[in-house]
Formats: sequence, C-alpha cells, structure tokens
Amino acid sequence: MSNNLLVEVDSVSRYFGDLAAVNDVSFTVSKGTVLGFLGPNGAGKTTTMQMITGNLAPTSGRITIAGHDLLDEPRAAKACIGYLPEQPPLYLEYTVDEYLDFCAALNRIPKKQRLGARQQAKARCGLADVGKRLTGNLSKGYRQRVGIAQAIIHQPQVVILDEPTAGLDPIQIREIRTLVRELSQQHAVILSTHILPEVQSSCDHVQIIDRGKLVLNDSIDGLTQRMQSSTLSLRFKSSVDSSQIEQLDGVRSTRQLGDGHYQVYYQAGQDPTDALVKLAVDNHWGLRELMPEKASLEDMFLELTEHNKPQAEART
Amino acid sequence: MIFTLAWREIRSMFMSPLAWVILGVVQALMGWLFLNHVNNYMSVQSQLLGMQTPIGLTDIVVASVFGNAAIILLLVVPLITMRLVSEERRNRTLTLLYSAPLSMTEIILGKYLGILFFLLIVLLLVALMPLSLLAGGNLDFGTFGAGFIGLALLLASFAAVGLFMSTLTQNPTIAAVSTFGMLLLSWVLDTGGQGASDNVLAYFSLLNHYEPFLKGVFDSADAVFYILLIVTFLVLSTRRLDADRLGG
Repeated sequence: MSNNLLVEVDSVSRYFGDLAAVNDVSFTVSKGTVLGFLGPNGAGKTTTMQMITGNLAPTSGRITIAGHDLLDEPRAAKACIGYLPEQPPLYLEYTVDEYLDFCAALNRIPKKQRLGARQQAKARCGLADVGKRLTGNLSKGYRQRVGIAQAIIHQPQVVILDEPTAGLDPIQIREIRTLVRELSQQHAVILSTHILPEVQSSCDHVQIIDRGKLVLNDSIDGLTQRMQSSTLSLRFKSSVDSSQIEQLDGVRSTRQLGDGHYQVYYQAGQDPTDALVKLAVDNHWGLRELMPEKASLEDMFLELTEHNKPQAEART
Repeated sequence: MIFTLAWREIRSMFMSPLAWVILGVVQALMGWLFLNHVNNYMSVQSQLLGMQTPIGLTDIVVASVFGNAAIILLLVVPLITMRLVSEERRNRTLTLLYSAPLSMTEIILGKYLGILFFLLIVLLLVALMPLSLLAGGNLDFGTFGAGFIGLALLLASFAAVGLFMSTLTQNPTIAAVSTFGMLLLSWVLDTGGQGASDNVLAYFSLLNHYEPFLKGVFDSADAVFYILLIVTFLVLSTRRLDADRLGG
C-alpha cells in the first residue's frame, strides 16, 4: 500500500431493499489522477460517490480515504474530501463570501486562514467578482462554481465532483475542465459525468459502471488502444464474394453494409490490410476505399453497457 | 464547531422575516395579556389587602404572565423548529454537513443551541414585562426566578421535541403539525378523567411539571423530568440523522 493511494474502495456493495444499487465495486485512486466515472442514468454513480463521501453507509465492503477508514475514523477521512453533490448544497440566503466562510469553518480551517482560503478558492473558480452577491440570485453556472469552490476550500486531498459540468455553457465547461486539470496536480479528482468527450479530454483513468457493476476500469491510454479497434471499412466497385475475405488470416467476420460496402472485423494485432489489398487486386474487385475504423468512446460505452444486460439478468 | 452551526441557525432565522414576525407577535400578545393581568390586580387589590394570607403582585401577575407565555409559545415553537433539519434536507444542503468532518451529534447540538438562543431572546422579552412592575412595586424574586427557570426548561423541551420532528421529514409543514400534535397532546394528557391509572399519563404531561414552578416551587424532580426529556429527544434526533446514512 503506497502513500499515493488516496482512495481505496474495497468490494463495496449497497442495497436499497432488494435492489443492488452498487454491487461489489472495487477500485483505487492515487494522487495526481483524474478518474472519470461513467454510466447510464441510475447505474450507481451517485450512490458510489455518496458512499465515498460518507453520505451513505455501504451495506458491505470497506472504504479508505488517505489511509483513514471511513467507518472507524470518519472525521479524519472526511477532512480529506471535498464533495460537490449533483445539486450544489448552497444556502440561498447567504452571499458567496459568507457561504464560503461558513464552509471553511465547517472544515475547521483556523479563523486567521479563512480569508486566504476563501480568496484562493474564489480565484480558482472564477468567482472574484460575485463575492457580495446572494447565492440565491446567481445563475446555474455560477452556483455550480460556488459548489466547486466549497469542495476545494480546505485543499482536500481528494476532490469528488458529481456531474460538475451539468447545466453549464461551453465556455464554462472549458473553464471547469481546466480547473479539474489544475486540481489534479495536487489532489486526486473523481468526477462523474455522462458527457463522454469530457472524459476523454479531462480524465486519465476511466471507469464505466452499469447496473451497479464496474464493467470497465482502464487508463485513458489503455482505452485509446482498445479503441483503435479492429475494424476496416472497405468499398468495392460492386458486391464481391466476402467468404474469400473471411478466409484471410486474422479475419473474424465480415458484414455487408451496402452495395460493395463491407466491414471487416479482425483479431487485434493481425491487421489483414496487405493481404486484403492483394486479394482485391488479384480478383479485380475494384477497391475504391479502405479505411481503419476507430471506435469512439461512445461505441465502447454502448457496447459495454448493452452487453452487460443479459449477463446481469442471468445472474440475478 | 457546534457554535459555528448554532450561529448559522441564528443568522438564517434573523435573515428571514419569520423570526422578527414571531418576536413581534408574541410580544404584542403577551403585552396585551400582561396589561390585563395588571388591570385585574388593580381591581382586586383592595380585597386582597383584607385577606388573612394576602397574595401579592408576584403571585397574580407573574404567575399568570408566565402561565400564558407557556401556552402561546407552545403554539409558536413548532413554527421555529419546523425548518431546522427538514428544510436542509429538502434543499439538499444536509449533504454539506454530512460531508464535512462533523459528527451527527455536533450537527444536532449545533442546531439545538441555535434554537435555544432564539428562545432565550423570547424568554427575556417576556420576562421584561413583569420586571417592569419594579418601577412601581416590589416583586418576590424567588417566585419570579422559579417561574423563569420553569419557562426556560419548558421551552427547551418544546424545542427538543420540535427538532426531533423536523429530523423525521423533509417537509417543514409536516414537522410543524406533528410537533403541534405532540405538544398539544402532552398538554391535554392530564385532562382525561380521574383515577389512579390516569395519574401515570398525567405524569407525562409537560405542563403538569410546569405548575409548581409558577407557584414558586423549584422541585428538582420536575427539572430532571425536563432535562431527561430534552436528552431523550436529542439522542433520538441524532439517531434519526444516522439512519439517513444507513437506511434505504
């Protein structure tokens, strides 16, 4: 167990009655990483985050934050966490400054350091101009920023953001991404989202959760490699005999998409492009187009979450 | 930490008009009743002087004022306590407290302390009225003190019940209505019939334990009754918040 492991989630489950909202999920997050948490609605993202932040007790399993067990030393563990829930927990009758001061006090920042902490959090979240405004009068985007400021005001080691970019405009989304990047230099960040490009642009580790089960846990690099998937798109002058293609080394299957348009799936690492070209030339098929297809994260996401369904049902 | 939470409660109470309105209305009602009692006293003063064991200003005015205050505040306290937890739950701000390095006990005690502070203001304002009689007469400070302590304990118990009711729901109105129900029930518990079995129920009547204080009797058993009641409801509230985390 190295010191860099900030969050350790060990086979955690959470049941609501008979429903397993989170089922035997384990993962770790180390310092300096941004973990993207993906999943369809109701997959258990928020439940997992609530458990990590101590808002919900897991039915079974253990959660350790920066070496502190969440059940045995809740106070020490919670001091290491900054949490932005789905809905920013704002007291609408407070101004931004008052609210942040209250949060600083809640997190036991000594009185003398509170002003500094507040200024820093405001500067990082672009709130410098709205300090005197009531949080109740702020727009959704600004409220979200106040929520993030609240989560980082005590410089926690772990920052957990539940859909931080929901409801923001594109410029704000970009700012928040930059902020997340910045945060990741000193903290570990876990963020949940259903916006896939966001994960690709701001995370270096991805987890996909579906029906309470972790179906993918990979680094962004590993994911990119996976996504350089093994598909070729081919277009010929007219329809051809695809059985000949299937006999080539490494080819798993072919699929006809239209007149003379095929998709060829092959085993990873056994690129049949050269053999295919030769075959096409030998048979005078009139090759017009040959393109490696890249699966998007979206395809991957769909594949993983849809594939999982029959399995999940079979198990229960 | 508890004080940070208490201070927030006080601030948010006084930032909304509710606290001011309650203070104003209670004061106006009590003022009217107080003047009535003084008036009564003036009209019977001459007869009182002829009695063998004369009862004085304190017995008539102070006891009546504190007695009325208990009933009025029984109706008012639920309105103050209703939003304590329920509103935070509804606005999802409770998450902020749960995620902060705080224990559930601290959250409950902080909120309770905030309410106590507000009720102390109410109590002092009410107590000022009988004290104003000092301008033209004498008060029995023993009786006055007992009544003051009694009312303080009674209000603290009301607040504890209200706080607990507020932890049960996310709807402030429901919290208020159920607190009303509890407090009114505890008031009328002693009015049902006579007989030995009724005495058990009557023992749990909040106002029954208040009567001796008004007569100037400080019975530690009554004080302990209130303190036990307060502790019980605070513990229950803490448990209820914990159940939020565990339940499902």
